[in-house]
Amino acid sequence: MRLANRPLGLAACATVVLLTAAVGCAPQDASPGGPGAAGPRQQSCDRGRLATVADGKLTVGTDKPAYAPWFHDDDPASGKGFESAVAYAVARRLGYGKGAVDWRTVPFNNAFAPGAKKFDFDINQISISPARKRAVAFSSGYYDVRQAVVALKGSPAAKARSVADLRRLKLGAQVGSTSLDVVEDTVRPAQRPAVFQKNDFAKSALKNGQVDAILTDLPTAFYITSAEVKNAEVVGQFADTGAAHEQFGLVLDRESRLTRCVTAAVDALRKDGTLAALEKKWLTDAVSVPVLK
Amino acid sequence: MSKLRTARDGADDGYVPSQRRIERERFRRARTRRATAVAALSTLVTAAVLYLVITRSPGWPRTRETFFSAEYAAKALPEVLDGLLLNLRLLVVCGAAVLVLGLLLAVARTLRGPVFFPLRALATAYTDFFRGLPLIICLLMVVFGVPALRLQGVTTDPVLLGGSALVLTYSAYVAEVFRAGIESVHPSQRAAARSLGLTSGQTLRFVVLPQAVRRVVPPLLNDLVSLQKDTGLVSIAGAVDAVYAAQIIAGKDFNFTPYVVAGLVFVALTIPMTRCTDWVTARMDRRRAQGGLV
Repeated sequence: MRLANRPLGLAACATVVLLTAAVGCAPQDASPGGPGAAGPRQQSCDRGRLATVADGKLTVGTDKPAYAPWFHDDDPASGKGFESAVAYAVARRLGYGKGAVDWRTVPFNNAFAPGAKKFDFDINQISISPARKRAVAFSSGYYDVRQAVVALKGSPAAKARSVADLRRLKLGAQVGSTSLDVVEDTVRPAQRPAVFQKNDFAKSALKNGQVDAILTDLPTAFYITSAEVKNAEVVGQFADTGAAHEQFGLVLDRESRLTRCVTAAVDALRKDGTLAALEKKWLTDAVSVPVLK
Repeated sequence: MSKLRTARDGADDGYVPSQRRIERERFRRARTRRATAVAALSTLVTAAVLYLVITRSPGWPRTRETFFSAEYAAKALPEVLDGLLLNLRLLVVCGAAVLVLGLLLAVARTLRGPVFFPLRALATAYTDFFRGLPLIICLLMVVFGVPALRLQGVTTDPVLLGGSALVLTYSAYVAEVFRAGIESVHPSQRAAARSLGLTSGQTLRFVVLPQAVRRVVPPLLNDLVSLQKDTGLVSIAGAVDAVYAAQIIAGKDFNFTPYVVAGLVFVALTIPMTRCTDWVTARMDRRRAQGGLV
């Protein structure tokens, strides 16, 4: 009898301990850094003294491989390529020199997963949208994106001059990209679009004739046609839809204390012409591409 | 209950339970009641602790919003179900092809006689290669490699190509399952069949395979469930299955709820399949045990 009672007593003790732990500890964990905490808004943007993930360092995330023309040779730390250069320019504004910037591989899905972030900001051609703002914080936009259509030279798809011409084609785009939104919302093709995990697969499918045309952002389209699929051309770009024009933004944790500082830095870079200069240096001029009506 | 009745109706057949027995039964009933009460209480407490630990964790509101948002679930469900049609079509077609090809391979591997050596060797090489080759690589090679050859008359449809890649890999697995079943049939069965005058083909068809296949039904189901989930990998070439439909929404709006929806849909699909096989196995056991178990 006594033996039989013992587990019961143990279980009761364990329950009490567990309940205390569950009820007692959790709220305490919540206060520092949480959305309701008093501090974050007042955080000043002291140069080089931000509340970063690693003290004294600015940790910047991007996916691997890092694609051209946003990065060069899959090496974000080179400072070459548009986004690499923008990241270093933002870092300099925040008071972090080249040596104080740490790059970290952040797969696309991890950039918006809830939970503690391992980066201060992520730069990975991520477009700002209201729905996404419910999951992460964005800096102000550092690049105005236009979407473009790529098709093989001489193919029927290459003769498309209007959005209506695209409707009959088998189109492809990358998952999670706003190119896919353009396919679904603007083009609304008769055939179901092919959705690819990576632009690499989209390129293979284009070369193999499994899709007639693929949609990407314009700089990527230029890079594909100039370096990767040489027998392809940029058929056209989509018209800017006015007020709601699409921008790439730096992604931060929704509760990050740095959002205001990073936004201020991006705004300053736009104002003093740094962003325009970097665009000119790293991205091909888009004027030559016809706009699809 | 039966014991209770024995104790009460005992007078009919002249049996009167002793005082000690009545007491023993009462004690046992009390113990059973107590055990039930303890189990219920401990279940409740465990549930309460889990509930509190999860809902009071600092990240819970974020987690709930990101993984269990009713709004996104409603948005994702039609898309996910639409994608599920592709999974189901692939499962049915590939499942049938895998079973047939797997059985043929297994039979080829178990054929005796020196004349069949090339066939045996080929089947062995096939299973060795495709069982070792990661499925994703097999898919990439078939889905992007075959169209790159630009062969006349060969499809470039990613679903057909992806389905063939699935059949290639899974038939290798299933062949080994069948072979295990065939080899588990005792040699005396074969010897008895041959001594009755059955040819080696007849022995295989009427004696060995019926026993072998029955024995491997549970592991076969395992592979079928696994295949059901892997059909989604065909999405690598752009076809949209249930999980990919979820990924499209998740990538667009940065919310993971569609994944949870897709996951639950797959679980809901697997459970009836498992129950069905359990039923089939039980029926087979019943038939085998005609005349009662000893």
